[in-house]
Amino acid sequence: MSDKKTPRRDFIKLSAMTLGGVGAASLAIPFISSMNPGKDTLALASTEIDLTPLEEGQSLTVIWRGKPVFIKHRTKKDIEDAKNTSLADLPDAEEDSARVQNDKWLVVLGVCTHLGCVPLGQKTSDTKGDYGGWFCPCHGSHYDTSGRIRKGPAPTNLPVPPYVFLTDNRIKIG
Amino acid sequence: MKKLFFILFFLSSFNVFSAGSKIDIPKYDWSWKGFFGTYDRASAQRGLKVYREVCAGCHSMNYLSYRNLSDLGFSEDHIKVIAAENLILDGPNDEGEMFERDGLPSDKFANPYANDKAARAANNGAYPPDLSLIVKARPKGADYVKSLLLGYVDPPKDMTIPNGQHYNKYMAGNLIAMASPLSDGLVDYDDGTQNSMDQMTTDVTTFLAWAAEPSLEDRKRMGFKVILFLVVLFILAYISKQQIWRDVKY
Amino acid sequence: MSSSDPQGYKKTLNSPYTGFKGWIDSRLPLVRMMEAEYLKFPVPKSLNYFWSFGGIAMFCLIGLILTGIFLGFHYKPSADDAFDSVERIMRDVSFGWLIRYLHANLVSFFFIATFIHIFRALYFGSYKAPRELVYIFGLTMFMLMMATAFLGYTLPWGQMSYWGATVITNLFSAIPVIGDAILTLLLGDFTVGDATVNRFYVLHWLLAFAIVGLVVFHVITLHMTGSNNPTGSEPQSWDETVSFHPYVTIKDLNATIFFFIILAFILFYYPNILGHSDNYIKANPMVTPAHIVPEWYFLPFYAILRAIPDKLGGVLAMFGSILALGLLPWLDTSKVRSCLFRPVWRYCVLLFAINFLVLMYMGGKPAEGIYVLISRIGTAYWFLFIFVLAPLVGFLETPRQPLSISNYLRSKKA
Repeated sequence: MSDKKTPRRDFIKLSAMTLGGVGAASLAIPFISSMNPGKDTLALASTEIDLTPLEEGQSLTVIWRGKPVFIKHRTKKDIEDAKNTSLADLPDAEEDSARVQNDKWLVVLGVCTHLGCVPLGQKTSDTKGDYGGWFCPCHGSHYDTSGRIRKGPAPTNLPVPPYVFLTDNRIKIG
Repeated sequence: MKKLFFILFFLSSFNVFSAGSKIDIPKYDWSWKGFFGTYDRASAQRGLKVYREVCAGCHSMNYLSYRNLSDLGFSEDHIKVIAAENLILDGPNDEGEMFERDGLPSDKFANPYANDKAARAANNGAYPPDLSLIVKARPKGADYVKSLLLGYVDPPKDMTIPNGQHYNKYMAGNLIAMASPLSDGLVDYDDGTQNSMDQMTTDVTTFLAWAAEPSLEDRKRMGFKVILFLVVLFILAYISKQQIWRDVKY
Repeated sequence: MSSSDPQGYKKTLNSPYTGFKGWIDSRLPLVRMMEAEYLKFPVPKSLNYFWSFGGIAMFCLIGLILTGIFLGFHYKPSADDAFDSVERIMRDVSFGWLIRYLHANLVSFFFIATFIHIFRALYFGSYKAPRELVYIFGLTMFMLMMATAFLGYTLPWGQMSYWGATVITNLFSAIPVIGDAILTLLLGDFTVGDATVNRFYVLHWLLAFAIVGLVVFHVITLHMTGSNNPTGSEPQSWDETVSFHPYVTIKDLNATIFFFIILAFILFYYPNILGHSDNYIKANPMVTPAHIVPEWYFLPFYAILRAIPDKLGGVLAMFGSILALGLLPWLDTSKVRSCLFRPVWRYCVLLFAINFLVLMYMGGKPAEGIYVLISRIGTAYWFLFIFVLAPLVGFLETPRQPLSISNYLRSKKA
């Protein structure tokens, strides 16, 4: 077993090792990828909703990717409140116009940005918090009529899911 | 060398599984055979039409969703239309009742019967098998399916055919409850292809083969790359081995 | 360190390493163990490629466990869901088809590697003293492998799964008096059913890891005695050995890659050739398939089972055939290990291997006529080989004087 080495043999061994490493690493891809949601789950990742039955002031909860989505048909007052709020009063400053596509309809993910509870305010009998939007019963976060955080421990506004208006009264989430 | 011999020996003993039937199933040329074979899309699309107009009356395809049809080259809008032509049982709704609605791409293929017992009851006790896996669930696969569809010939003179049964020269036991489902010109093709018996059976078999093994094309593509990779790796490892062992003196 | 251990009896503190390696090694002697057992471990120079199949089998086992874990993320062990969840893996899970086909085909290749590995042990006398325990642990693993493969085959809940499980579990009903009670206890039901697939799933996992545990014992016992080699002679000096790394590692790696090329060919182009088409039909307790055949690797044992006309006798012969192999180290009376130097026994072993393949063929044929007769002859030879030929040939044959490892290599080169 001599220690004699030539550059060529090192090169071959090195390429064999590199190639083997690349192979082992690429083998990990299908395995890790298999842990993602399956194609059947992804196929349910978009939901179409008919808004016609929803009257002014009413809200609707739909399931999108297993999470509740709040759709609110806002009243004139709701819209005005949302628009007239000064950005300085907001912990997570965002214009109402940046959060809606059509002033009448607010679509937000109904998951409190604090620790993932579902805020109250969808039913007419629910408490809506100090700002007329939603109130999270877990740790007392108050959201306004634009779904923006106003008071409480939640750090950010309720996120707006990707959605498009297919017609005036029909939206597709996802 | 010895190892190779042994492996070949083991492999050669696998054909024992095909034992049993004495019926010779003819072999056909299929578009997806071979190392680079792919499903003939146009044929499979026509096959879907045959399935929907003929087979779907009795046979379910429970493991297929309408969205899967995008594999066959159908556009998203076209799939929506196809899906919406079927009624899907959904629910319960807020009133606690089941309701029917138009199919969506994410729905499984609509089942012609409410359940297995209903399927049997409607077919004189014979259960029309689910077709999603039929090509993989029969020993000769696609060849068998096509042969069976073409196998309705006149029975031998001395054979009496029981009521509700039909003679088929490729069915094990030669008796089958299904009447010949296809006949020349039965399904109108939109693309102007001759709708002969032979063409329709090829098309519907291609569709069923795809339905049973939709991953076939990905599999073959990946296999080529993997084997190529392993061969290169083997060559490098073999040279490394020769070099390392060169040091060993006898 | 010497100050805290003046007599030097705490060997855990005497790590030859420094730095982080030394810190770990003086607390957990893994570094030193790996170096002794996997880097510097002396292995006879004369090993041929038959000696690679242990390593290949190990790679198969690792692959099976890995794919098994990822399949387990999606599989649902219940009579209602099992078949559907497997189809979901095949169709909707990203790369699910690859992982499932890998799992299904790796089993077959695990058995191919193991059969060759066992043949190697028989032909070159690796079972003989002082390696009896290596061999016994190996056979135990083989039996666990068969049990694990059987349990796993039930899980996809196809027709063959269901009826295979029904037929094999019914073997237990052959036990006199309490057989039926045991069967019900095993199944958790009066037939193979929901409860059965649920517990088979758990046992499938459990036994897989039991095999891993036995691999450890297999390797520990092997490293006590060192590897056998084609001559059967023990190395007489360091010159007749090479270090495990890089010599054996690169060689085994070569063999493994070659083996996996064949696996890849089957996996990507004929993934169902080793399976049975009936298993793509969901289990139906009311309809038995026309021709029930176990997976190919069970066929020799299935042939032995059917060769005996008595139910209990068949079951005993089948299990006995493997257990009896465990007695070989004590029944073989020859002083010489390797068949290279045993003119008569060599043909007995080769005939045993051929007989194994013949039985495999017979197991796949219907149990009638000439097939039963050949199965009986094959079964008879199996036991004759172990209980009669092994002791007798050892006495009667005159073996040649085994070559030393160096002389063997020289003669091979010439």
